[in-house]
Amino acid sequence: MTEFATLWSYLSASPLTWLTATLVAYLVGSRISRALGHAPVANPVLLSVCLIAPALALTGTDYATYFEGAQFIHFLLGPATVALAVPLIDNRKIIRRSVLPIVLALIAGSVVAVISVIGLAQALGLPPLVVLSLAPKSTTAPVALGVSEAVGGIPTLTAVFVIVTGILGAIIVTPMMNLLRITDWRARGFAAGVAAHGIGTARAFQVNQTAGAFAGIGMALNALLTSLIVPVLVRALI
Amino acid sequence: MLFSLALLLGCQLVGEIVTRGAGLPVPGPVAGLALLLALFAVRPQLVAALRPTTSVILANLSLLFVPAGVGVIGNLDVIAQDWAALSAVLLVSTLLSMLAAVGTFLAVRGLTGRDSA
Repeated sequence: MTEFATLWSYLSASPLTWLTATLVAYLVGSRISRALGHAPVANPVLLSVCLIAPALALTGTDYATYFEGAQFIHFLLGPATVALAVPLIDNRKIIRRSVLPIVLALIAGSVVAVISVIGLAQALGLPPLVVLSLAPKSTTAPVALGVSEAVGGIPTLTAVFVIVTGILGAIIVTPMMNLLRITDWRARGFAAGVAAHGIGTARAFQVNQTAGAFAGIGMALNALLTSLIVPVLVRALI
Repeated sequence: MLFSLALLLGCQLVGEIVTRGAGLPVPGPVAGLALLLALFAVRPQLVAALRPTTSVILANLSLLFVPAGVGVIGNLDVIAQDWAALSAVLLVSTLLSMLAAVGTFLAVRGLTGRDSA
């Protein structure tokens, strides 16, 4: 028993354990997602979090310890953003034909995301610190954390809002677009990328390659625009 | 693969240096993305060299959000207090943002009418 306790105290604090756990949880999560035919609610991020969070609670592991292992995966968000250059260049011909829709839809989606989240949060009486942390929720994680810090929010809280937004967006995008009978993959993908960043983009790639490429543009451009407009809108609205 | 990783990280690094150095509000990885696009314009053969690595990364993009998603356990107190309001705010705002983006895209495409594909 004491041997086990010693072994466990090593394992529970080792980055190796939680790095492995994250990869395995994701593999299980994506297998479940595939088995359910990529059903919107069977979101791989949501499933993985639902597997890891109870494991951490049961073992009494705090988030900081978990993150020491998981940070190696988290770090790849940066290079993954750079990697979006490949689908962008592959789709440059269709993108060039849609420059005006892209620019205007970006501005509309991005401004509506920030104004609506601030307005709704204030209307429902959420604390000011939470409202500030919500403001950049539609942009990709590394960017949102920086923006949150800059406007006086709580970055770790923002990270959660960003992920929840991405999961919600990825779940609702397909049923919503089908309900509205929107068949243009460029428009569908672009909206998913603007409103639900990388998780929306991952969902778009699951459904259609063109939608994925346009979601990637939406996500990259919104990372840019959100970092510019959130400080201005926060000052104007809060 | 190592070459691809070095190139992706190198672009991000230069992006971080330029944006931080010049005090631009642009995120470093986004500047890195722009830099890589510029490199593709100069050397088109880089695209094929990078594709095997980038397609693996992008096919598993969801994985990269799991560590931040697990962060929910570190903020349970704030979330538990207002979970209903928070869920409603995030759901409605995401829905509105998506509708605004898709509606604008389709309306502008209809107005300019350059193609219907």
